[in-house]
Amino acid sequence: MDLIKPEIGLIFWTALTFAILLFVLKKFAWKPILGAVGDREDSIKKALAEAENARKEMQNLQADNERILKEARAEREAMLKEARELKDKIVSDAKDQAKVEADKMVKQAQATIEGEKKAAVSEIKSQVANLSVDIAEKVIKEQLANKDKQLKLVEGMLGDIKLN
Amino acid sequence: MQIRKYKAFLTVFFLSLITTGFAASNSSDNEATTEEEPFNASELIFHHIGDSHSFHVYGSDEDHFPKALTVPLPVILWTDNGLVSFLSNEFHHDVDGKVVVEKNGMKFVNLHSKIYQLNEGAIAVDFDEEHHATNAVRPMDFSVTKNVFSMFLSVALILLIFLLSARSYRKSEDNMPSGIGRFMEPIVVFIRDEVAIPNIGENHYKKYMPYLLTLFFFIWINNVIGLIPFFPFSSNLSGNIAFTLTLAVITFVITLFSSKKYYWKHMLWMPGLPVPMKLFLAPIEIIGMFVKPIALMIRLFANITAGHVIVLSLIGLIFIFETFWVAPISVLFTLFISVIEVLVVAIQAYIFTMLSALYFGQALEEEHEH
Repeated sequence: MDLIKPEIGLIFWTALTFAILLFVLKKFAWKPILGAVGDREDSIKKALAEAENARKEMQNLQADNERILKEARAEREAMLKEARELKDKIVSDAKDQAKVEADKMVKQAQATIEGEKKAAVSEIKSQVANLSVDIAEKVIKEQLANKDKQLKLVEGMLGDIKLN
Repeated sequence: MQIRKYKAFLTVFFLSLITTGFAASNSSDNEATTEEEPFNASELIFHHIGDSHSFHVYGSDEDHFPKALTVPLPVILWTDNGLVSFLSNEFHHDVDGKVVVEKNGMKFVNLHSKIYQLNEGAIAVDFDEEHHATNAVRPMDFSVTKNVFSMFLSVALILLIFLLSARSYRKSEDNMPSGIGRFMEPIVVFIRDEVAIPNIGENHYKKYMPYLLTLFFFIWINNVIGLIPFFPFSSNLSGNIAFTLTLAVITFVITLFSSKKYYWKHMLWMPGLPVPMKLFLAPIEIIGMFVKPIALMIRLFANITAGHVIVLSLIGLIFIFETFWVAPISVLFTLFISVIEVLVVAIQAYIFTMLSALYFGQALEEEHEH
């Protein structure tokens, strides 16, 4: 049967045509097409890897940020604490100093008061003495008349002064 | 009533399909006997699926342009006296060996679309009882027949498609195809990812990609050309045994050239089996080595030819029953078959390519991979 008898002519043409087609397509079609597809796939893979890296970096960055924030918070906390302590110390120091100062002033005042008192007392004494001398003069003058009375008076007056 | 008619029709339909197969074997006996012979479906079918030295476009062979048109194709013969070439219209559409063309002192006739060279001194073909020429021999025939013409057409189409595709890649800046390249890329990538890589493996597949891609598109485009029922398509190239034989042989040769030691060891001295079993399996494996390409050849040939035969049989029904009432059914069935054929031709091209890749993969197999 003709149908299953291969013709030499067609075999020849098929082989020749296929060989030429294979050669031309390999050089001018498959190489650029497969090359382009491969390149594109590589670039997609690269882009995906880059995206993954960027994501990781972002995560790292976020973690860093959080860490820094935490540190900052801790630092603030520490600073606040320190400030509070400082404040307390300053206040207490001021208090102490004020107390010392006040004590000093009180002492000074007391000393002044003491001094004044002493001066007053000595003044009073001198005045009393003067007064006494005056009185004594007057009395003496009067006593010159009445010696007993004179003595009694002096004694009584002196007793009064002592009470003061 | 209608149902009975329908059943009768179906019976006749399937019987006719079966008988066309048997009728084919003795078709050469009863042709050209009477002028007004009854419609011979097998003759028509075998004429259409066979090769021809001219491309019939429309009209009857007896008529001339513009009532009929047959494109002549070059006849190229390698004879004892060197190369002879002339256009096929010198035979005046004769395929019965009646018209004798004389070139360089040699006489040629066209007998059933085959060129015969008459022996010295003969002036006409003599036939024996089985209608074989007795006084003529066939020279080496390298004519551009209908199938060869169709093959050139397919090559032009393939080159157009893929050179344009390749250009669209070069023109783009980011390796993105445009136009036709966008349609072709998924197929190319499919051949790479689903055919080449799984069967051949990541390491070796690149070397075979050009062959597999060319093979796939060459078969597929020629299959599709065979489906289109008008000039300049409609040939049955991929349903021709010479075509499938050539491609199968190329696959076989590449398989042999790719083969590694393990391929032969596995075939001749199957590892891991007792010795009698090894002796028993070796001849089977050797036969298998040849059966693989033969199966490739027959599978493509039979599938494509069968598709053509079915479509022609369905259309032939109109002429067998000699009534127009069969026409709608014929057309409907033809449409149905044609739609299936569109699938089949793609699948056949895929299977041929896939199996080729599989054979290459087997030949490349290394011991440790087993």
